[in-house]
Order: sequence, then C-alpha cells, then structure tokens
Amino acid sequence: MESNRDRVTPLRHSGWRLFARTVMARAYPRLIMNVREKWWVVFDIVLPLVGVCAYVFVYRANHAPADLIGFVIIGGAMSAYWMNVLWAMGNQLFWEKETGNLALYIMAPSSMMAILLGMALGGMVTTTLRAASILVIGSLLFDVRFTIASVPLLAAVFVLALVALYGMGMMFASMFLLLGREGWHLVNLAQEPVFLISGTFFPIRSFNFWVAAGASIVPLTLALDAIRQLSFSTGAELGFLDVRTEVMALAGLGVAFLVAARHLLHQLERLAVAEGRLTESRA
Amino acid sequence: MWTSLRTATWLGWQIESNWASPALFALYSIIKPLTSAAILVVMFGMVTQGNFGSTAFSYMYIGNAFYMYVGAVMAGMAQAVVDDRERFRTLKSMYVAPVNIPMYLVGRGVARFLTTTLSVAITIAFGVAFLQLQVSPSEVRWGTFLMALSLGIALLATMGLTLASIVLVIAHNSWLVGEAVAAALFLFCGAVFPLEVLPWWVRPVGYLMPVTYWLELVRRSLVGRVATEYPTLAAFSDLQLVVLLAMLTVAFGAIAAATFCRCDRLARERGLIDRTTNY
Repeated sequence: MESNRDRVTPLRHSGWRLFARTVMARAYPRLIMNVREKWWVVFDIVLPLVGVCAYVFVYRANHAPADLIGFVIIGGAMSAYWMNVLWAMGNQLFWEKETGNLALYIMAPSSMMAILLGMALGGMVTTTLRAASILVIGSLLFDVRFTIASVPLLAAVFVLALVALYGMGMMFASMFLLLGREGWHLVNLAQEPVFLISGTFFPIRSFNFWVAAGASIVPLTLALDAIRQLSFSTGAELGFLDVRTEVMALAGLGVAFLVAARHLLHQLERLAVAEGRLTESRA
Repeated sequence: MWTSLRTATWLGWQIESNWASPALFALYSIIKPLTSAAILVVMFGMVTQGNFGSTAFSYMYIGNAFYMYVGAVMAGMAQAVVDDRERFRTLKSMYVAPVNIPMYLVGRGVARFLTTTLSVAITIAFGVAFLQLQVSPSEVRWGTFLMALSLGIALLATMGLTLASIVLVIAHNSWLVGEAVAAALFLFCGAVFPLEVLPWWVRPVGYLMPVTYWLELVRRSLVGRVATEYPTLAAFSDLQLVVLLAMLTVAFGAIAAATFCRCDRLARERGLIDRTTNY
C-alpha cells in the first residue's frame, strides 16, 4: 500500500505556464535589487557617466563637432547593455556554478532556456533604467541636440538590438558553462576590443567597409550606427549602411543568436553533465 | 614583512597569469591595452585628420598608457580582498597565519604592477613604431622617469591599500569599488586631456589628486615639450613636482595606514573576515 511519503506530488504548473513562471522567478531578483540596494545608482549610473564624460572631454579638447559628443553619450548608454550581456548573462552561469545554484537549476523541473530568458528580461529592464539615466543626464550636461528622423524606426532598431544582444548573451551563457575562471578573463577581454570595433565612441565608418562589416557580427555595432543615423542631423552622412538594411541585419542576428543559444545550451548542458562540471568549482 | 610581500607577489602573479597558456596570456596582455588605446587613437585621428605627430597626441597617449597602472594596482588590491574572502575563501586563513596583511595586499598590487608593465611597454612601443609617438630613448630623462615611476607605484599602493581596507567592511558592490574609483580618477586627473578642458568648478578635484602630478612627471620625463605646451602645471619645475608627489605619497600613506587600522578592527569586531555574501 502506498504511503503518504511515497506519493509524488504532481507539478502545480507545467508546459508554457511553468516556463512563464520560471522566467518571472529568475527575472524577479534582477528587478527587486533596484529597490533593495540603492548603491546601484552610484555604481551603475554615476560612475559609468563619469567614464563617458572622459571621452566627451577628449573630443572637446580637440574641438570635435558637437554631434560627436552626442555619439559618445549614445555609445555610453548602449555600452551599459553590452556590459550587462557580458557580466550578467555570459558569465552568470559561471557564478551560479560557484555559488551552487547551477546544479539546482538543472535539477529543477524547468527549462534552462526559461532561466536564461528570465535573466535576460530582468537584465534588460534594469539596464534600460541605467542606460536611460546616462542618456538623459549626459545629454543635459553636454547640451546634446537630437534630430530624430523616425521614431517608429528608432524604436524598432532599439528593440531588435536588445533581442540580438541578449540572444548573444544567452549563447555566451551556454558556452561559458564549460569554462572556469578563464571565462572571467574572456569576458574582461570582450570589453575594450568590442568598444573599439563596434564604434562605441566614434562612428563605425571610421574603419574601412570590411572591418565594419566584420564588426557587425556584434549587434552593438549596427545598433549604434542605426540609432545615431536616426538621432543626429549628421548621423546619416557618418553612417555605415542604410538604416533599413541595418534593421534587417539586426533582426537576422537576433533570430540566429536565439536559435544558436537554444542549440548550444542543449549540447553544452549535456556535455557538462557528462563531464561532471556542473558542481565543480574551478575558481 | 618582506616574506609576506614576496609571497603575495608570487601568488598574485600566479593568479593573474596561470589561467591560460603563456601564449594566450601574452595575447591577452597585448590585445586589451592596445584596443583600449586604439579607441582614443581613432577618436583623435578622426577629429585631427591623423595629426599623430602633435604634442596633444603624445599627451593623451602617454597619459592613457600609464593610467593603466592606476586601474591595475588600485583595483587589483581591492579585488584581492574580494577574491580571497568570497571566491577562494582564504582570507581567514591569511589572518590566522603569521602574515602581515597590509604587506600581503601590497604584494598583490605588485603582481598587478608586473603584469601591467608588460601592457604599458607594449602600448608605448606600438605608439612609437606605428603612430609617430614622440618618445625617443635617447631623449628620455631616465632618472626622472624612474623616480616618477617609483613614487607613482608607492602612491598607487597607498591608494590601493585604502580601497582594500574599505572593501574589508563593505558587502555590496565591493568588487566594483577599485575599478569605479579608477574610472572616476580617469576624468578628474587629466589623464587624456589637459585639466583646462574641464569646467572650472571640477578642476580643483584634479589638482587635489596626486595622480595628476604623477602623470605630468611621467609625460615630461618621456617627452619634455609637453611641459610647456599646456598651462596646467607649467608653473611647476620637475623638482617641485617630485617633492609635491613625494609629500602626497607620504600623506596618502598615512591615510592608508589609518584606514586599514580602522577597517581591520571593524572587520574583526563584526566578524566580516570570513563573510561570504555571494553578491
């Protein structure tokens, strides 16, 4: 006769409902931290803004055109997303492994894809708050004049850029499952080189066509170029490709990264389980 | 005391470099600083039509190259506390062992200094070879340069110790403190542009920062002409800058010692030495 202890409690939620609840549960800590811990204002807005100001003053010291200062502010705001993708997506599963959460995620009757999506959504909302603050304060401080060519197109570029960036982050997260502390160094290495090749602080057109085209694999490149073209009077003449082409390319990148993330996650999760790397600490 | 310093330097070097093969580590040491400098080079080249032979370029390039030490040494020492306490969980063992903790932290800073020296040397060599950077070994005033470098490293060690002490007693954002302060100083100390470009009400912050004088002394010893090109510190002779820097280093050393004593006592009282926040 079956005892109470042997009886398996059925899952209260399954299918898409479980998926959605997992997404919300993983996004929650990333959202609530903004309320519980106020120092993020200093560390995520004030100090990055100070760093962006240094680049603005480099232009000012060399009497650069005013729009380039706006380019720096946009670059500084968008770079917040790249940092979030690197540290809070790419490297996140490594930290989860270090703190013992990763094994729990794998054991839980939910999808890892939902966990990554929750991380991405939470990170997106939080980073948008930070990026918007940098944009508004930076623009006011340096009297940046925007000339918006098309609001719907600008919104489309922004949304597609976030999908592509966080899709890439989800892909990184899967790949980094197999890495130890070298993952930290690789993430560190993906900062300045990407800021350089994506033209975070200058128009990407400063490079030749093929370098810029190669750099476009990082969604930040096309996103910055398109946003600048749509936001400044000189944006189009300093632009790399036609904005509509960039929108299509961003959409393609978004789809490609999400599909790759799903595939990689499945493969690497299996490999990590087989090699027993989910609970090891290689700090 | 010296054993603590020596051992910590060796340990720091291992932590910094043994995560990859020597070849990959060398590549890492080259790519990061060069791309960081390249961002400024492209910005400068775009607005000046590639006038890399100018004094303005030397000012910016050398300032940026040597500023790497500020981030590496200061942030490295603060990060050492976070790593040892939170990741490796060895800080309590350090405290139990007969280790001089301040010297241990300075040793970790020395390790970062050594790895960064490779990056700085490569960046300067790249500038000379490909970007008309006006640094000629025969014209460098080596005595002034070495004195400036030594004083600067001592100064950064004191600033790093102050930050590391503060990290001992804070839980949140502790891993960001070093890099955040280094990023802020980048703006205020005129590393890549003269202080005159800053609004008048911000400039005093730059004049209070010893890193401002250190970078000026390094620039002058490498390219003499920058001293007369910008009015920021033109009124100061090299000797005056050395004396000023030495005095500020002593002052910051006193601040670091006092901060460490205070924070160390607080951390012991509150049981923070073996705290794991998972933040």
